[in-house]
Amino acid sequence: MASRDDIKFLSNPNIGSKRQKYCRFKKFGIKHIDYKDADFLLQFINEQGKLLPRRITGNSLKYQKRVAVAVKRARHLAILPYVADLLK
Amino acid sequence: MRHYEVTFIVDPVLSGDEIKSTAKTYEDMLAKEGAKIVHIDEMGLRQLAYPLNKRSSGIYYCVEFSIEEGSIISKLELALRRDERIMRFLTIKLDKYGVKYNDDKRNGLIGKVQRPEKKSSKKDSRSRDKAKSVSNKPATPAPAPVAATKEEE
Repeated sequence: MASRDDIKFLSNPNIGSKRQKYCRFKKFGIKHIDYKDADFLLQFINEQGKLLPRRITGNSLKYQKRVAVAVKRARHLAILPYVADLLK
Repeated sequence: MRHYEVTFIVDPVLSGDEIKSTAKTYEDMLAKEGAKIVHIDEMGLRQLAYPLNKRSSGIYYCVEFSIEEGSIISKLELALRRDERIMRFLTIKLDKYGVKYNDDKRNGLIGKVQRPEKKSSKKDSRSRDKAKSVSNKPATPAPAPVAATKEEE
């Protein structure tokens, strides 16, 4: 057992190391955010229907602002709720 | 040439014909004013995220059109506001990326294809991270087609 090659560390070396955040819009070249696409926008709001901060989503400022606009439009059209409980 | 998109929610209590005629009214109105209707998306009966006018569902319509100048918008919005059959509406001016996006969506490039791919790619990268970040992942295979289709724009 001890001579197995695939065991190099006693504990997972990735624990505690921060994963690099990135802006998914820049990375995948998404230029337009559709306000009618509820499933996509759900990734940027928390359980209460509030917008998640950039700190967590990793979006660039430009696209975070556009996400915010899209979510607000979706809320107006009752695609997303203004307030919710246990949304996810 | 300016591109606009108007989305409105029609009262679901109306009969099927009335709903269709409601949508037709605005289609005709736009056509009469010289707008070129690009596409009418009947999104159908959807559950509302919160009640509107004591209704819990609504019929969504999305009309995309292009026109030389925007003076029609105020007329259209006034008509929508006065119409009792319309529960909510939203008019959006589309930029070139928005037009492209709607085009791609109609051709089936966005939506069904893109999102599952993206999710799977995320899972890929995550599982790889966990597995060990030795092979420094030179772009996962999944996002490549998405990026390719997007860069054609």
